[in-house]
Amino acid sequence: MRRLGSLPVLLAPAVLILVTALLATQASVSTESYFVDTLVKVTIVVALYAFIGNSGVLSFGHISFVALGAWTAGVLTVPASEKPAIMPGLFHVLRTTNVGNVPSLLLAAVAGAVFALVVGLPLMRLSGLAAGIATFAVLEITHNVLSYYEKIGPGVNAFSSVPETTGVWQAAIGALIATVVAFAYQRSRMGRQLRAAREDPAAASAAGISIYRQRLVAFVLSGALAGFAGGLYIHLLPLTNNTVYLDLTFLTLAMLVVGGVTSLLGAVVGALAVSALDSFLSAAENGVTIAGGHLDLPAGTGLVVVGALMALVLIVRPSGLTGGRELRIPRRRS
Amino acid sequence: MLATIQITWQNLSDGVALGGLYALMAIGIGLVFGVLRLVNFAYGQLVMAGAFALAFGSQWGLPRWVSVLFCFGVVLALSVLMDRLVFRPLRGKSPAVMLVATFAVAYLLQSIALLWFGPLGKSATQFATLNAPWTIGGVLIRQVTVITVVVTVVCLLALRLLLDHTSVGLHMRAASLDFATARLLGVRANRVIGGAVIVSGVFAAIVAIFLTVTNPQVTPDFALHDTIVVLAGVVLGGLNRPLPATLGGFAIGFMSGVLGGALPTNQSQYLPAFVFTAVILVLLVRPNGLFTRGRGAVERV
Repeated sequence: MRRLGSLPVLLAPAVLILVTALLATQASVSTESYFVDTLVKVTIVVALYAFIGNSGVLSFGHISFVALGAWTAGVLTVPASEKPAIMPGLFHVLRTTNVGNVPSLLLAAVAGAVFALVVGLPLMRLSGLAAGIATFAVLEITHNVLSYYEKIGPGVNAFSSVPETTGVWQAAIGALIATVVAFAYQRSRMGRQLRAAREDPAAASAAGISIYRQRLVAFVLSGALAGFAGGLYIHLLPLTNNTVYLDLTFLTLAMLVVGGVTSLLGAVVGALAVSALDSFLSAAENGVTIAGGHLDLPAGTGLVVVGALMALVLIVRPSGLTGGRELRIPRRRS
Repeated sequence: MLATIQITWQNLSDGVALGGLYALMAIGIGLVFGVLRLVNFAYGQLVMAGAFALAFGSQWGLPRWVSVLFCFGVVLALSVLMDRLVFRPLRGKSPAVMLVATFAVAYLLQSIALLWFGPLGKSATQFATLNAPWTIGGVLIRQVTVITVVVTVVCLLALRLLLDHTSVGLHMRAASLDFATARLLGVRANRVIGGAVIVSGVFAAIVAIFLTVTNPQVTPDFALHDTIVVLAGVVLGGLNRPLPATLGGFAIGFMSGVLGGALPTNQSQYLPAFVFTAVILVLLVRPNGLFTRGRGAVERV
């Protein structure tokens, strides 16, 4: 029975993702894009969770892995005939190499992992505020370099002409893969060691756990997931470097915090709840009719409400909607 | 590559001015951190609100001193409101939760500004005349540069006096050393925190005035980037005490100011990357700050 007891931990988020995908197939073409976008956000938030949730260390830098993944997948899938027009300054190798949809997603994950390894090797020694600021610095550096270094991408222009292969099912399968990986990791020996170190660093290192090594493992794994999510994202819509910067960092962190930082279920629930609210509000900014009444909000209301909600959740219920707990079948006493 | 840099007196004076402004912001952030252990990410939005107040001042054609008063009023009201509504309920929560919460407040304020004033914002032109240069020793230096440096020095001295020679200052220093013990000894928490919040608000308003001189177009993301840089500087210097935090803010502002002017455009576009790489390198060597003594306490097991 011990094995069955932990099954809901994986099943609950997976079912939520599948339900979202099924709802998306029933929706009209215009609302479908909101659902697909939501599923990509779920993938990003699960990636964030894999590191922040398990280690308890804050990272503002994960969106730079998403950005690098997006750039990798984008550069390698724009049709060769259109590359000179969109990205004239590209490296020769990148100009002549083209891969398909699935390889581009895998390479995006590899790019995210390698970047996270390079960054994590020095940074995982830090914790607390220094870690927060240093990961923020990583985000700033990545954004700055992607904006101006036109040998690896379109610079400040939009990443147009990337094949739009991320439909409902690609997004749903992507989110499921991320969820399964995060689940397998948190149940593994390494995941448990890291969670122990989160609860009590002193006791964990006394028990022989290398906190630095476990954090690095989680960082690289979550960098891979974030890069993968970036690949999904660029196949959804033409991103610019500003799409994968502060706003997305804020939104995904808000999702994680609103759901509950320390559980996989919290990551998925938070991403779905905030996305639903955000999508509804951005639809309402263009005017919607609901329950007989017409609602027409001024542009920008979405961020105001999400910001207020996040502050409110942090004040009233700092452990998030799920309380940071997974769904479990209550045990019968024996 | 570095050999091509020509540093002029102009560059140096720009660096000193930007360093001064960042030092003021650094104290604003450092003081609140001292008493609340809270890194206020929303500090830049206080500056932004003050800048919008100045923009309305010029739109309504108010006299300069009324605009300045209005700016101070708006920033101080907002600081106190932020303390009451957000900081107070969060007291004693983990630093990560508080950092994320102020991150949320920053976004909330920024999106409210976006909602009310639009992405293009408004222009605050009342103090633009301070851009005119003075000739000092054969070097042309903008008036605002000199005034910024003078005001920064005066503010630092005034703060020193406040911290060293008034009872509220003494309470603040005691509270930032050990809040719990200070309370036991009769320091009133709300008064000390209120004092720190107000002083940091005053500095935010001053920064708003000077920033609108060089950058009169006030947009919702006004001072956002500056805040990120200053936060990095404050952590670099060392958050625990006012002086290291101030020095950290000054150092990073000076470095950005000098390099921003001296580097050719094809290199200065990568300035943020240089600055933040430097930040990471310093944090790796001295995670507790550049200008602090001793190592941080690591629990031995």
